[in-house]
Amino acid sequence: MTAFRESIEAMIPALRRYARALARDADVADDLVQDTLVRALRSERLFLGGDVRSWLYTILTNLNKNRRRSLARRPQFMPLLDNNPDASGTEAEGRDIARALATLVEEQRAVLLLVMLEGLSYREVADIQGVPIGTVMSRLARARAHVKASLEGERPALRRVK
Amino acid sequence: MSDPKIPVTEDELHAYVDNELPAERRGDVEAWLATHPDDAERVRSWRTMADALHARYDAIADEPIPRRLEIERLVRQPRKWIYGVIAAALVGFIAGGGVGWLAHGVAASPSTFQNFTLDALDAHRLYVVEVRHPVEVPGSERAHLQQWLTKRCGWDVRAPELDATGLKLVGGRLLPGPTGPASFLMYESASGERFTIYTARAAAGTTQMRYARQDKDGALFWAERGVAYVVSGSSDRERLTQVARLVYDQTEKSGG
Repeated sequence: MTAFRESIEAMIPALRRYARALARDADVADDLVQDTLVRALRSERLFLGGDVRSWLYTILTNLNKNRRRSLARRPQFMPLLDNNPDASGTEAEGRDIARALATLVEEQRAVLLLVMLEGLSYREVADIQGVPIGTVMSRLARARAHVKASLEGERPALRRVK
Repeated sequence: MSDPKIPVTEDELHAYVDNELPAERRGDVEAWLATHPDDAERVRSWRTMADALHARYDAIADEPIPRRLEIERLVRQPRKWIYGVIAAALVGFIAGGGVGWLAHGVAASPSTFQNFTLDALDAHRLYVVEVRHPVEVPGSERAHLQQWLTKRCGWDVRAPELDATGLKLVGGRLLPGPTGPASFLMYESASGERFTIYTARAAAGTTQMRYARQDKDGALFWAERGVAYVVSGSSDRERLTQVARLVYDQTEKSGG
């Protein structure tokens, strides 16, 4: 296997994590990863060096944007119950954070996940989204405020139900 | 060391949590947090949020990789063009609607303008999301692609070189157009941004360039010696114009 392919392969676990948090549904998430890999492998000769990691996150983020755009004209089907409880941490907390993420707009969710979950720098996220760093920071600030409010608003309700 | 009396901004609090703050300012922020409990609480909540994200999603990265995502398998995957052919046949039946025209009051034949651009935008949206079968003939067979489309369409179809804008030819396909066959070429940047060039026979001889946008897609339309061109892609007008200009310059040189 070429070094290029190896560097792509090494990124699969992180891409799956990011895709799952971004798209929620496990099958949709792996579809996104598969499409990202297919596109990356096809572009092997187009890739002129640089950071494979950022490049893969860019492709996945763009693919998800395209996917959502093509879904936008159809009625949205959301799972009534989240059947994917977290494998670790408490179940309620995992559902809370997933639910809070789902309420974010696309760009804010991507920024939040790329920075907080995937550990990318503001500069890298700015390049991935094709926006200035200032825009990344304001999206991040809004996303954090929104998720914080959502978590604080939901937790007591969930506890009462339990 | 910077002046600790300079108030700490919200941006700095985020940068502090994300390790993006210059080292010499960290001490200031820590001193600030010791005396500003509200900010300290926010910083704490962001760290808790990060912990919750990792607790929820890290396990996915530890799972064994599903077979369908194995590199060797993906490299060997055969291409099935049949889906592309079915999709191409469907394009003709898709009705456009709700285009937010920026070019209101277009004098010459607005219907031609609208028809072509709607068809082109529909084709654009249908195929840019395609990952495995975006085209019938791949860009690696450029000469064959041009020959074939020229023969089927009846005018000189050239795939322009768009390397100057970072775009490479993905390939092309034949589509049913408003008055006969249409050619459809797709280009892609290294980051997956896609542009398409749609050409069809037009009654209008030669027109100026016009811009239309629908949702997040933008299109530039013009006609030249009886052939209509629609370049579709990003709604960023500057970027689109840059690409369209390059297409225009090359079709002009090749003689339409």
